[in-house]
Amino acid sequence: MTLQAPAAHAAADMDGDAPQQDAAGRARTARSAAGRIGGVWLVGVILPVALAAGWELAVAGGFANGRLMPPPSQIWSELARLAASGELWTHLLTTLWRVLAGFAIGAIAGTLAGLLTGASGLARQALDPTIQALRAIPSIAWVPLFILWLGIFEASKVALIAVGVFFPVYLGVMGAIGSIDRKLVEVGRVFRLGRVQMATRVLLPAVLPEWVISLRSGLGLGFMFVVAAEFMGASEGLGYLLVDGQQLGKPAQILAAIITFAILGKLCDQALVVATRPLLAWRDTVRARL
Amino acid sequence: MLTFANLTKTYAGGGVAALSQVDLAVQAGEIAAIVGGSGCGKTTLLRLTAGLDQASSGFIEIDGDRVTTPHPAIGIVFQEPRLLPWLTVRDNVAFGLGDQPRAARRQRADEALERVGLAGYGDRWPRELSGGQQQRVAIARALAPRPKALLLDEPFSALDAFTRASLHDHLLALWEESRPTVVIVTHDVEEAVTLGDRIIVMQPRPGRIYEEIPVDLPRPRDRMSPNFDAAKRRVLKALDNSLNPQHPPGQAAPAGGALWW
Ligand SMILES: Nc1ncnc2c1ncn2[C@@H]1O[C@H](COP(=O)(O)OP(=O)(O)OP(=O)(O)O)[C@@H](O)[C@H]1O
Ligand SMILES: [Mg+2]
Repeated sequence: MTLQAPAAHAAADMDGDAPQQDAAGRARTARSAAGRIGGVWLVGVILPVALAAGWELAVAGGFANGRLMPPPSQIWSELARLAASGELWTHLLTTLWRVLAGFAIGAIAGTLAGLLTGASGLARQALDPTIQALRAIPSIAWVPLFILWLGIFEASKVALIAVGVFFPVYLGVMGAIGSIDRKLVEVGRVFRLGRVQMATRVLLPAVLPEWVISLRSGLGLGFMFVVAAEFMGASEGLGYLLVDGQQLGKPAQILAAIITFAILGKLCDQALVVATRPLLAWRDTVRARL
Repeated sequence: MLTFANLTKTYAGGGVAALSQVDLAVQAGEIAAIVGGSGCGKTTLLRLTAGLDQASSGFIEIDGDRVTTPHPAIGIVFQEPRLLPWLTVRDNVAFGLGDQPRAARRQRADEALERVGLAGYGDRWPRELSGGQQQRVAIARALAPRPKALLLDEPFSALDAFTRASLHDHLLALWEESRPTVVIVTHDVEEAVTLGDRIIVMQPRPGRIYEEIPVDLPRPRDRMSPNFDAAKRRVLKALDNSLNPQHPPGQAAPAGGALWW
């Protein structure tokens, strides 16, 4: 009896329970990984905090004058001033709107173009050389043309950002489609999917992980180009705050704008990750289990 | 009825024909088991039948309808489950039911899952299933659109003997329900004799049919019975002979125990 019971149990569990054990194991890994990441995060904070505190003390103690490199307390009060007067939010929202509009246009265009050239050999031969040649042009070089074509206001800025976002997304999607497992595409063929169905039901989902990565690098570039666009002449936006701070000799304002950029960029990236996480729940990868 | 007429396939790059002048008729509702040495064109035959590759000459017909592209009446289960990892188990099973309304799709998929013994697994991700369960999902996916012919390419070869035996029972139960024509490729003689109404022994270089062995045992088949054993021996001997070309079909080979794979 005692011998039989475990054997019967094992037989019953033969294929039913294995995945659940797996899930338990995963939860354990997740917990220890979370602990590890928390520790690493703390370690990573030591250096900047120490530098900031050191500088604050150096200026407060009179060892440095802090005129060109204001201490953290001064940057903080500048930030508080900008926030209280409402200026910060106006500039922040303007910049955010430009990035998001350019990102949306560039990401959609990049995804469609990448799908097209990735999935069709003819389209790749016809379009990819041209797109690659355009990619070789430093995007900022477009600015004078865009200003001539679209004027000095929003349209030319959004266009520049869209161009910056387009290329990483295009390259990511095209490359990912080229490396999709033939075996999965054959499943689509066996069930006689047409071109559009094949794209939406097999190709796009298969490239989702790479797509999200390319969107993230596209978004990063979007922030880079919004600064460039706002340098070219703007009366609003975080980039304008930077230029204004330089021209009027206000380093604290420049640093306040830089810090706002850092936080805004990080938050947007995080929002993108969170928004796309449900799309990637199916993955069976090392990272997904950490 | 699934008909192969003078079917020949030479892959681009030339060399020996992967399949040469295969003539075969599989009756509606019949289970044909294909065995043969490695490289004798078994997978090639199924891929042509599934419409995934084009024949060099000759043709395939299902009920008089030429097969040149994937055909709605033909389903296939590959050696690997090939589930789409981004779809739940239910959506994988419903993958081939695109033309139907959502509710009907869901119901058909759940029915198919129930029939392969996986009721209640519909909301899981494929990665959360064992290998045998995944292969059952693949069978459910192929059967959900109710094909007239089902092709299976070594569907159970990655599984242990216990799981395999239970999947044989599942497959036969499914077959009993709608009696599709089944063509199953296998490396396992016991599997061939358990499932097949007829066993097609193939021979490599070029790939062709060596011998057809009918199996007239009643179902469910008793794997321990002397008749079962006799059928197995006959298939093994044919396989042996097929790999020793000096013996023409039908003649016994002296080396009865040679490894045929
Ligand atoms: N895509 C291909 N291109 C070129 N030659 C191929 C291709 N696929 C198969 N072949 C050749 O065709 C022949 C038959 O291959 P096939 O895969 O049909 O054999 P098989 O009977 O399924 O073998 P196994 O039992 O090992 O799976 C082999 O000689 C193989 O090298
Ligand atoms: Mg094969």
